[in-house]
Amino acid sequence: MLYDVVIIGAGPAGLSAGLYAARARLNTLIIEKDAVGGQIVTTEEVANYPGSIENATGPSLVARMVEQAEGFGAKRTSDTIKSVDFSGKIKLLKGEKADYEAKTVIIATGATPKKIGCPGEKELTGRGVSYCATCDAAFFEDLEVFVVGGGDSAVEEAMYLTKFARKVTIIHRRDSLRAAKSIQEKAFANEKLHFMWDTVITELRGDELLESMVVKNLKTGEEKEIFADENDGTFGVFVFIGYDPATQLFEGIINMDKGYILTDDKMATNIPGVFAAGDNRVKPLRQVVTATSDGAIAATQAEKYIEENIFE
Amino acid sequence: MIELNKDNFEEEVLKAEGTVLVDFWSPSCEPCKALMPFVHSLEEKYGDKIKFTSLDITKARRVAIGQKVLGLPVIAIYQNGERIDSVVGDEATEKSVEELIKKYC
Repeated sequence: MLYDVVIIGAGPAGLSAGLYAARARLNTLIIEKDAVGGQIVTTEEVANYPGSIENATGPSLVARMVEQAEGFGAKRTSDTIKSVDFSGKIKLLKGEKADYEAKTVIIATGATPKKIGCPGEKELTGRGVSYCATCDAAFFEDLEVFVVGGGDSAVEEAMYLTKFARKVTIIHRRDSLRAAKSIQEKAFANEKLHFMWDTVITELRGDELLESMVVKNLKTGEEKEIFADENDGTFGVFVFIGYDPATQLFEGIINMDKGYILTDDKMATNIPGVFAAGDNRVKPLRQVVTATSDGAIAATQAEKYIEENIFE
Repeated sequence: MIELNKDNFEEEVLKAEGTVLVDFWSPSCEPCKALMPFVHSLEEKYGDKIKFTSLDITKARRVAIGQKVLGLPVIAIYQNGERIDSVVGDEATEKSVEELIKKYC
């Protein structure tokens, strides 16, 4: 089947694009490789999406977006795209389960959490090292937890973790937080929250569970090893230091800057009929509100492109 | 899918003969819940060779930590009461879970 629009990724950008495209009566397919919703589903509280109900959570927002997109007739499928051929007028996408043909493609693949990149990190993931507070907070009831990062996500997730952990320490490479002022005020008022400034983790150690870590003070150069409390035997390290765009599939095909897709203000890439939306493109603010905005623009531009072109 | 808890974990997993799959999950773990229907479909396919079980860690936190599980999702394979293989965190995808199961069928 030849689709009018194939959207790769079912986070807020992809779902918004699906909603707008389907509402414009375009034959629309949204392809997602993992869980629907993207990064926002692991967020407990979404306080800054305008118009959302009080106490909206990532999952509740996404569930409503799925309802809306499907309500207008967008189809969804679970598949991983392995390669794309954008050389012809009809765009071809090869998935693990099936191949897809489309008049237009919207790349809404998003981004994935950045890793620290230190020894022990990979081996101890799921054994004390985590990138998802809502997934793993419950393990750390009455244990000690460290959060790496200084932005909005890091500080908000650290505060969420104080509901579970005995003590939460933010480890940040600078001497001040980058998070929004209102978030900082709450953080500094939270008695369970502590701070370790100018510091990075250089190694994570443990046999089967995280048992210790080496941290380095960037100002003094001093290194020290921090051990788990003897009675606890382990502790948690939650990492929120930004994201890497999920765009490897398009390298050499789509123009990018440091892995982020370059678009114009109409979400158009260098290839006619191929658009990008959401966290995977060059932009000044990566939030749900800008992702859904990108999706809406990309879908309406895709509609315009289909009207202006003839497909055999 | 046998639902595990702190009372039956030993009986159903650690003392069980043959191969047992344990799906560690929690109600607030969205990636776990997204994967769950697929694991159920695998039970229909491979359930005659492997016993499929799941453990909600919020009801048995200490059991999970005792199994060296401190992050979700984890799909683990046990043989003769020992955890011999698993896929963890963002590596736990439909594809990797099915490959894991195929190794022990």
